[in-house]
Amino acid sequence: MKYGVFTEEHEAVRKTIRRFVETELVPHVEEWEKQGYFADWVIPRMGELGFLSLRYPEKYGGAGGDYFMGIVLAEELARCGAGGLPMAVAVQTDMATPPIMQFGTEEQIKKYLIPALKGEKVACLGITEPNAGSDVASIQTRAVRDGDHWVINGRKTFITNGVRADFITLVAKTNPDLGYNGVSLFLVDKDTPGFSVTRKLEKVGMRCSDTAELLFEDCRVPAENLLGVENRGFHQIMWELQGERLIGAAGAVAGAQYTFEKCLEYARQRTQFGKPLIRHQVIAHKLAEMATEIEAARQLVYSTARKFAAGEYPVKEISMCKLVGGQVSFRVADAALQIYGGYGYMMEYGVQRSWRDSRLNRIGGGTDEIMKEVIAKSLGL
Amino acid sequence: MAHWLFQEEHEMLRKSVRGWVEKEIKPHVEEWEQKGEFPRELFYRAGELGFLGLTYPEVYGGSGEDYLAGAVFVEELARCGSAGVAAGLGASVVIAGPQIYKFGSEELKQKFLVPTITGEKIGALGITEPNAGSDVASISTTARDEGDHYVVNGSKIFITNGVRADYVVTAVKTDPAAGYKGISLLVIEKDTPGFTVAKKLEKLGWNASDTGELVFEDCRVPKANLVGKENMGFYYIMQNFAWERLVMALEAVAAAELALEEAIRYAQQRIQFKRPLSKFQVIRHKLADMASWIETARSLTYHALSLFASGEDAVTAVAMAKVYACETANRVADEALQIHGGYGYMMEYPVQRYWRDARVGTIGGGTTEIMKQIIVNRLIK
Repeated sequence: MKYGVFTEEHEAVRKTIRRFVETELVPHVEEWEKQGYFADWVIPRMGELGFLSLRYPEKYGGAGGDYFMGIVLAEELARCGAGGLPMAVAVQTDMATPPIMQFGTEEQIKKYLIPALKGEKVACLGITEPNAGSDVASIQTRAVRDGDHWVINGRKTFITNGVRADFITLVAKTNPDLGYNGVSLFLVDKDTPGFSVTRKLEKVGMRCSDTAELLFEDCRVPAENLLGVENRGFHQIMWELQGERLIGAAGAVAGAQYTFEKCLEYARQRTQFGKPLIRHQVIAHKLAEMATEIEAARQLVYSTARKFAAGEYPVKEISMCKLVGGQVSFRVADAALQIYGGYGYMMEYGVQRSWRDSRLNRIGGGTDEIMKEVIAKSLGL
Repeated sequence: MAHWLFQEEHEMLRKSVRGWVEKEIKPHVEEWEQKGEFPRELFYRAGELGFLGLTYPEVYGGSGEDYLAGAVFVEELARCGSAGVAAGLGASVVIAGPQIYKFGSEELKQKFLVPTITGEKIGALGITEPNAGSDVASISTTARDEGDHYVVNGSKIFITNGVRADYVVTAVKTDPAAGYKGISLLVIEKDTPGFTVAKKLEKLGWNASDTGELVFEDCRVPKANLVGKENMGFYYIMQNFAWERLVMALEAVAAAELALEEAIRYAQQRIQFKRPLSKFQVIRHKLADMASWIETARSLTYHALSLFASGEDAVTAVAMAKVYACETANRVADEALQIHGGYGYMMEYPVQRYWRDARVGTIGGGTTEIMKQIIVNRLIK
């Protein structure tokens, strides 16, 4: 009996994406990282190739693939060598758009989801604010009903794709007295009066993705742009966070694998004391530890993805994937940087970027500490 | 939903082994630990219930070569809370039996394997010597060819079941000049003149299992007791290492889970500063970490098991699983002891035993360092 998770179809898609990454992305990564912005043609090009809609049903222009197709995409994009790009794509495919498919009207699907899957519109997701991130119930952005509009006031920050997005899937309070049960989702167009990008944020890593601070000042949004059911936004967005974390973990592990492969190559070539670094036992064993940690984290992700794909809702295991995947990715990058020695500290080698980029895996999408809170609760503590 | 790797029949087996362990083993564990031995009758009982034949074909009294079933048995057995019981009961069928089944003559199978599966005979595997363990090629016990007999001289150490085994599958040098190509396996029976148990070794943990130091002085062993072909022993030994190490990884995960459960139970009952320990964030996060490491170790171990059970090359995955699972068990047991505070240091709480028992996981069956060397040899060079 064969137990692997990937079929021939997955492997064929993997090959196509890998070729795209190597020929169309890798040659530009350095430049995009310096600019702090990857080219605007990337998302439309990926849409054209069908990569943004692998898991979406055919009626929306997708390929109808299963959950593991999404994992293939996350794994292969990680091999472009810059974490910012796969992160931006994940926001497009796994964060900002799934709630539209799940809760959107036909109209909203036509206007937002389908163009997003084609890469014609860039999406972002607005949850985090200056004073609330994982503590979603505490957000302060308000939406007040006024006739056939909602009037929105507030701020969002750390919003990936926020600078270039054509629309935002926005989380706002519609009933401030109800905590969790007073939150709703809205689809807000970029050019809506009262909506502005106040700042493009500078980051330690993930530099080729644009991260924005957004401002809503008496921003009037048509009533039909409410997504799903009024005051149910918290519940609608919570399930989405699970898919996001699992895909994030898959990407983090794949990034670690890429870093490991590059590091191994370096350790084979680099000669010190008359022999390559890999012939020094302490280095060889460090590499063995890295490979083991990566394989362990990967199998945790795959095992959890099997459950998720089968329709289960394994919150505990997904949180573990996010926690372990994030930690392993940073630990591997740090160990790799050490093996590169002085060169690892120089900007001309890619490993410093893996090190800076992977640090975010332990923060974004819920910190390590938030994951542990979720896990502790799931353990009945 | 059951875990993806196991079928319904495995879950039924799990239930029945668990019931047996709860009823017939757990209540006696304390006593057996103190005695440094569990009753011989336990072998008969396990044999009678069919648990010793799960990985052997029906013609020898087994129930089919189902390694997933074998895995379920060792996982559940480990939940008795004494790794010594699991090691002793397991050694017969996990490490001694496979050599005879896979490579031995029909006569050897009838004489030794069949009664091992019924539990009437206890088996041991004798490889390690005072001066050679994982460095199998360096063993110095010799077997001199004397027509229809071999004359064996040398000593073996750290032999699980060695004190009371009815037979020891013993690694000997039949061609001392040929290094690893000069090793053979002989089945040496307990009452063979010249074979003595020099010492029952005192150990830090695994106390319910007997561990022997064996001496062979001009011990005459019939040629019929040669397993397979002369000078092929090294190859035979290597063949079964994967299963032995996989079993150790499976037991480590199960034992770690047990330590976690014990720590959670204690943390929920123990009141300090007017609230249960489980309500202190630092303890909750520690428990969340422990649970995450365990889930990761389990995923990696099951991955290795799936490769092994489907006949694929599992050597690298098994080495990784053994390192990760056994290191995890150590760490989890240590944290569980820490959570117990002063009580954790007292012999009346089981957590101290989990801590002592876990420690050998990263040593026996090939140390963590040896496992890393295997990973290096397969992956890095």
